Amino acid sequence: MKFGVISFPGSCDDSDALSACRRVGEAVQLWHADHDLAGVDAVVVPGGFSYGDYLRAGAIARFAPIMNEVIEFARAGGYVMGICNGFQVCCEAGLLPGALLTNVSRRFVFRQVRVRVLGEPTAFTGTLERGAELSIPVKHTTGRYFAPRATLARLHAAGQVVLSYAPGENPNGSLDDIAGVVNEAGNVFGLMPHPEHAVDELTGSTDGLSLFASLAAAAAA
Amino acid sequence: MKARVLVRPKAGILDPQGAAVERALPALGFEGVRDVRVGRLIELEVADPARLEEMCERLLANPLIEDYEVLLEGAGG
Repeated sequence: MKFGVISFPGSCDDSDALSACRRVGEAVQLWHADHDLAGVDAVVVPGGFSYGDYLRAGAIARFAPIMNEVIEFARAGGYVMGICNGFQVCCEAGLLPGALLTNVSRRFVFRQVRVRVLGEPTAFTGTLERGAELSIPVKHTTGRYFAPRATLARLHAAGQVVLSYAPGENPNGSLDDIAGVVNEAGNVFGLMPHPEHAVDELTGSTDGLSLFASLAAAAAA
Repeated sequence: MKARVLVRPKAGILDPQGAAVERALPALGFEGVRDVRVGRLIELEVADPARLEEMCERLLANPLIEDYEVLLEGAGG
């Protein structure tokens, strides 16, 4: 099982993502200007400030050469996990529904939050119990999940909302406390919290590891 | 041709930046201001203005969350 983690100019969580992936499988770095995915089984689009977040977060990265491959890979059923800026990139690329807007507070938020695992098991949550709570950090200014009401209703009905902030924990004003969604086919996952920063006791929680372990298990199956 | 593209948050979407400006104005004595929305102005020189619409749809705006308006120089804009 081999993960590929993309590095865009301005990515800053790519090395933590690589190290999280390496706890559950192999992992290689993919460069934004590359034109192939090096035969990986799953792609992680990491957090950071790709291309300086110019225009809108993720708007420029979405057109990086490697993203053509990622879009093709995802459309063919390949697993893609977009974390924070990676979530924004996946939304801009049309791989996931919705968009991320500036936090209601307009402030950068950086804190540990409790998130709940919802819905039926997915490739990204398969090793977790429904309703399980994870303690994972968030750190962002543009994390307010938005989708039109009709889209939200469809996402809820189809079980595509797989991660929500626990009551009282919503750090950014996301609609319906949404912290993470999957696409209709269930092979693309985007989330604002950073599971790659919660894989070692040193930083207080190892809860993030379960998402990488679930993905490794799904990709190996 | 010179063009300007105005990009605004869609109606109904909370605009915290606009809300902050709206709260700040009365503090300076500017009363009676409502519905402040903060958007973005993009100025550009284009060879083929007919392609501006596509540029807006694909990059300059995110049509899910933003409305845009194209103003061409000399066209009353």
